[in-house]
Amino acid sequence: MAVQLAEPTQPKARLGSPSGASVSELARRPETGALIGTLSVFVFFAIFGGGQFLSAGGAASWLNVAAELGIIAIPVGLLMIAGELDLSVGSVLASSSMTVAIISGHWGAPVIVGIVAALALGLVVGFLNGLLVTRTNVPSFIVTLATLFGLSGLTLGLSRVVTGTTSVALKPGSPAKEVLGTLVGGKFEVAIFWWIAVVLAVGWLLHISPYGNWVFAVGGDKESARATGIPVQGVKIGLFMGSAFGAALVGVIQSILYNSAQVANGQSFVFNSIIAVVIGGVLLTGGYGSVVGIVLGTLTFAIVSQGIYYTGWNSDWAALILGVLILAAVLMNNTFRRMALSHAPRTKRKA
Amino acid sequence: MAAPLLELKDVCKSFGATDVLTGISVQVNPGEVLCLLGDNGAGKSTLIKILSGVHQPTSGTIQAGGEPVAFRSPRDASARGIATVHQFGGTFPLMSIGRSFFVGAEPTKWRGPFRRFDRKYAGGIAVKEMQSLGITRVTDGDRLVGGLSGGERQALAIARAVYFGAKLLILDEPTAALGVKEAAHVLRIIMQARQKGIAVVLVTHHVTHAMTVGDHFAVLIRGALAADFRKGERSREEITDLMAGGEAMAELEAEIEAFTTTEAKAGQL
Repeated sequence: MAVQLAEPTQPKARLGSPSGASVSELARRPETGALIGTLSVFVFFAIFGGGQFLSAGGAASWLNVAAELGIIAIPVGLLMIAGELDLSVGSVLASSSMTVAIISGHWGAPVIVGIVAALALGLVVGFLNGLLVTRTNVPSFIVTLATLFGLSGLTLGLSRVVTGTTSVALKPGSPAKEVLGTLVGGKFEVAIFWWIAVVLAVGWLLHISPYGNWVFAVGGDKESARATGIPVQGVKIGLFMGSAFGAALVGVIQSILYNSAQVANGQSFVFNSIIAVVIGGVLLTGGYGSVVGIVLGTLTFAIVSQGIYYTGWNSDWAALILGVLILAAVLMNNTFRRMALSHAPRTKRKA
Repeated sequence: MAAPLLELKDVCKSFGATDVLTGISVQVNPGEVLCLLGDNGAGKSTLIKILSGVHQPTSGTIQAGGEPVAFRSPRDASARGIATVHQFGGTFPLMSIGRSFFVGAEPTKWRGPFRRFDRKYAGGIAVKEMQSLGITRVTDGDRLVGGLSGGERQALAIARAVYFGAKLLILDEPTAALGVKEAAHVLRIIMQARQKGIAVVLVTHHVTHAMTVGDHFAVLIRGALAADFRKGERSREEITDLMAGGEAMAELEAEIEAFTTTEAKAGQL
C-alpha cells in the first residue's frame, strides 16, 4: 500500500491505473454478509428443493420476483444510504399501474402516453416526498407513510370515480409489450433486463461517479456534508424521485405484463424492499452500503420466498424463514461492519 | 502591521429575547493561535458559529483583511479560507479516509460521461497529507474513518482543511475527548499549522492546553468578553478564575478545602 505515497502531489492530476480489488478487502466490504446469506439460502433450497428448484423454471421464478423487487430496492437502498426511508413505493406502484391502465386502456390513448404519464407521476410523488422531508424536517418515515396512505386512497377514489371499478384492463401494443412486459423464453420476465440496467446505472452513480460520495456523505453526517458545500436538499429530493421512479416503472411493467391493473397492487413492496436492502448490508441509519449488497439482498429474499414452493413444505413457513434471516443478516452485517471499522492490520490477511 | 485576517467589531447576537453575545471585539492574525476560553454556556459555540458563517451577528461588523464581509452561509466563510473542525473531527465514520477527505471536492479522472471518482488518488493524497502531520500509522486510504483514533480523526480534518487552502482554522474542543498523549499530538499539529502561517482559533476549557499553544487569549463570561490578553500576561490561576467567573471558583475551592480538613480531623480521631 506504500505505492500510493509515491504519487504526484499536484491536485487534480489524472492517474490512469485501474482500481483492483484484492481478496484482503473482501472482509471489510458492506456486502460480505449479504453474499454469505445469498449463498446459504441458495444451497439450502438447492438441497431441499431438488432438481425443480435448480431448473430453468425454478431460476425464472425467483429471478422474476428479484427483478421486480430489485428495480425498487436499488433506488430505495440508495435513499437509505443517504439516511432516508421511502415507504410510499407501494402506493406509487399502484397509482402508476392504474394510471397507465386508465389512460391507455380505459380511455384508449396510445400506450406510450400512459407510460410517460405513469412515470411522470412517480417523479412528481418523489419530488413531493423529497420537498416535504427537506423543508419540514419531519422524519421521512412519517412523510412517506403519509404519502403511502394518501396516495393509496387517492388511487382508489379516483379509479372508482373515473372507471367505476378497482381493476382496469389494458391491451398494450407491440413495442410496449415486448420492451416492458413479455416473458423471454416463455419464463423470464423482461424486467430482469431492466433490473440489470438499473443496477448498472445506480452502481455507476454510487461507486464510480463523483456524486456517489455525496450520497455517502449526506447519509453519514448531514451537517458536515452541508458544511463542505454539498447541496444536501437537492441530493435528497433527487434520491426520493429515484425511488418513486423505480416503483412507477415496476407499476408500468406489471400493468403491461398482466394486461391489467388493480388498485391494491404493490403494497407488499413497501416492506420487501426494506428487507432486501437491509439484508444487503445497508445501514438503516445511512452512510453505509453498496449496490452489489442490495442485489444480493434482493436475490436472498426472492430465493426464500420462491424456494419454499419447491420444498414441498407449506409455504406458510416462508415468512418465518425471512424473519429469522433478517435478524441473522443484520447481526452478521454488524459484525462485518465492525471488522471494517476496526484496526486495519487485524482485518488484513495480506501483508 | 497588516490588517488582521479576521476582525470582529462590537458583535452582538441574540436569539429572540435572549442575548447570547454582547459587544464582542476580537482579532485573528495569520500565524497566531487565538484561544477562546469560557465555561459551558458562555457563548463560545455561538461565537465560532458566527466566525464560520452558520449564524449571522445581530449587530456589529466582521472584517476580513480590512474589508467588511457578511457570511450568509458556511460556504461564504469557507470561500474566505475559514474552516471549522468539530470535536469529533466532523468526518464520516463509515466512509473511507480518501472519500471523506475529498467530500464536496471529489477528484475525478477521465472525461465526459466516463468521469469517475479517482479513489486511488484521493486515498493517496489523504494518507500523504496525514503523514505530513505526523500520523504515520495510517497508510491505507481505503480504511474507514471510524477505525481511526480521536486524534487521528482530528488530524484528518485539519489536514483536509489545510490541503484545501484554509487560512483560518477554527477548532472546537479538539482535545476534549482525547487522552493525554493524543491531545499532545493534536497540540503539536496546531503548532505546525501556526508555523505555516495559518491562523487558529482554538476553543477549549482546558487551560493547560490553551497555555501551551496560545499566543492570544479571549475569555468569555456570559456572552461578554471578560478578558483579552496576550501570552504571558496572566497566570494559570487568573485564567482559571476568569473562566469560572472569578469568585465562584475561589468559594468552591474554599468549600473543598473545608471537606479535606474535616476528613483529616476525622482520620485523627
